[in-house]
Amino acid sequence: MPLITYRDALNQALREEMHKDDRVFLMGEEVGVYNGAYKVSKGLLEEFGEMRVVDTPITELGFAGVGVGAAMVGLRPIVEFMTWNFALLALDQVVNAAAKMLYMSGGQFNMPIVFRGPNGAALQLSAQHSQSWESWLAHIPGLKVVAPGTPYDAKGLLKSAIRDDNPVIVLEGEMLYNIKGEVPDEEYLIPLGKAELKREGDHCSIITSGKMVLVAMQAADQLAKEGIKIDVVDLRTIRPMDVDAITTSVKKTNRAVVLEEGWEICGIGAQIVDYIQRDCFDHLDAPVIRVHQADTPMPYAKALERAAKPDLPKTIAAVKKVMYIEA
Amino acid sequence: MAIKKRADSSAAKGLHTELLHTMLLQRRFEEKVAEAYALGKIGGFCHLYIGQEAVGTGVISMLRDDDYVITTYRDHGQAIARGVTPRSVMAELFGRVDGCSKGKGGSMHIFDRNVNFLGGHGIVGAHVPIATGVAFAIKYRGGNQAIVCFMGEAAVNNGAFHEALNMAGLWKLPVIYVIENNKYGMGTAVERASSIKDMYKRGETYSITSAEVDGQDVLAVRDAMATALERARDDYQPTLLEIRTYRFMGHSMSDAVSGTYRTKAELEEYLKRDPINLLEAKMKTAGEITDAQIAEMEKEIGLVVQDAWDFADASPEPPLEALYEDVLVETTSG
Repeated sequence: MPLITYRDALNQALREEMHKDDRVFLMGEEVGVYNGAYKVSKGLLEEFGEMRVVDTPITELGFAGVGVGAAMVGLRPIVEFMTWNFALLALDQVVNAAAKMLYMSGGQFNMPIVFRGPNGAALQLSAQHSQSWESWLAHIPGLKVVAPGTPYDAKGLLKSAIRDDNPVIVLEGEMLYNIKGEVPDEEYLIPLGKAELKREGDHCSIITSGKMVLVAMQAADQLAKEGIKIDVVDLRTIRPMDVDAITTSVKKTNRAVVLEEGWEICGIGAQIVDYIQRDCFDHLDAPVIRVHQADTPMPYAKALERAAKPDLPKTIAAVKKVMYIEA
Repeated sequence: MAIKKRADSSAAKGLHTELLHTMLLQRRFEEKVAEAYALGKIGGFCHLYIGQEAVGTGVISMLRDDDYVITTYRDHGQAIARGVTPRSVMAELFGRVDGCSKGKGGSMHIFDRNVNFLGGHGIVGAHVPIATGVAFAIKYRGGNQAIVCFMGEAAVNNGAFHEALNMAGLWKLPVIYVIENNKYGMGTAVERASSIKDMYKRGETYSITSAEVDGQDVLAVRDAMATALERARDDYQPTLLEIRTYRFMGHSMSDAVSGTYRTKAELEEYLKRDPINLLEAKMKTAGEITDAQIAEMEKEIGLVVQDAWDFADASPEPPLEALYEDVLVETTSG
């Protein structure tokens, strides 16, 4: 099976879906002539022309709204945000328009639109460029939210997102774009709303998504050397969340660590812990522990940034704590 | 409703009669809405269009069935001008299942796909980029339709307005932005909110041809629209029309008609230019209509409005299972 980058997997998904359906178009800052700020859209302008690969002014609220309008009358826009940090300016269109149009029109106007771009921290980009917005977005009824952690998942989930007749948020990762993984030549889709058990083990569950999947897999590898077997549940879709996958795993392992990139307060992990306490109360051998970003804006200095981020050592320590193993 | 340009005198008579009918229907419908609101049959926010009828009527009367209309939360009058039935608008206001939005939207969210009425939108300025996106889709498909985007003058101080107009000017999109300048954004006079008084000048910044129009004269509104539509259909060019008007009621049902931010004297001055009276006077002078014919029209409209009320009143409330319906659709494209 070919080994390709997460970036190229996304590029393949865009290209295939644009070939398949001429209602699909891509718009955003630098997606055309520049080939994408992170080169995800490389070559697409040349292939599809400027009506379907649209460079926009730096005007997130405006072009998100243009996407909503185009979707309202039957096109299938893919709106790229250079990062989700900039998308805050566009949230009125995402939340007040895209997510609600179907409901407030009594089912008349659905929104086949994708909003995508990198989410979360890269390296030393400091406070305004390093944020994880999944809990903000997953809070909203009327949206679907996916966070692929591997090239295979990135391609399959983006293709499904483009074909979905609802607004779908795709959270990518700057630090993931160069990651390589196996992606088959033949076409495939990954259904939205389905988690994947990325690793099987019966000692402890790690429930995670997006960029943190990689950290969870590394933790599972390292802990395996100590004889600790981890169930890694990759949610893949954050909304709608695959609650069955979470509870099935926790009922098997009786212990859980919830690993997320964002902040603790009202984070995605809080929701996951709620599902666990509701359905697995009698199965738990220890309180669930969450691993997350420090409750501060992201600092610039290397050591401070490292201290702020959820990482491999913090994840391993959390697993050991939940298993009552002395560090 | 699509009405052709003015031609000979009998055609003019027919056109004027139809325009008068639409404006009177809007007016009497909304008077009934105010009555229903007072009785508690309508809840939430409710913004009346009374006084501004010539704008919605004039603009929409120029459109083809395959054009699009999008507007703000002050949307009943335009919906009716576009052909959303008085029954389905009233049922929506009553929060009933036969409302155009199944009782889920209410006064601020009148939508009707059947007549390309893309909604009342409740966030000031936010629908301006959406309109621009519809225009983008028209051009993307190589069509020659247009979209009209109604907004109040207060929206033009909003970032979404400027971002949208920049793209429409840059990409040459077939959108007609209609600023209904009724002088007040809620209770704030335009002079207290905008650095310039002439809203149409905002278009120049974005290479968009703009014009100022008398919004109490329905025929003047139609003339301005004729030019704008040609530009949209033939050349994919946007237009900005500042249509000057006045609302005769408060901002919403909780707002006094005058006294706080505008004087009674000012209101009375504008009432002299009631758009319905102006058209009636013009038609009478031209011998196009008699008092008896107007009375007949009023009677017929009275029945339509009462029928809308009766229909809405008899329509059931949405069943509780509707709460979870239409959050998402189950479909995909393939």
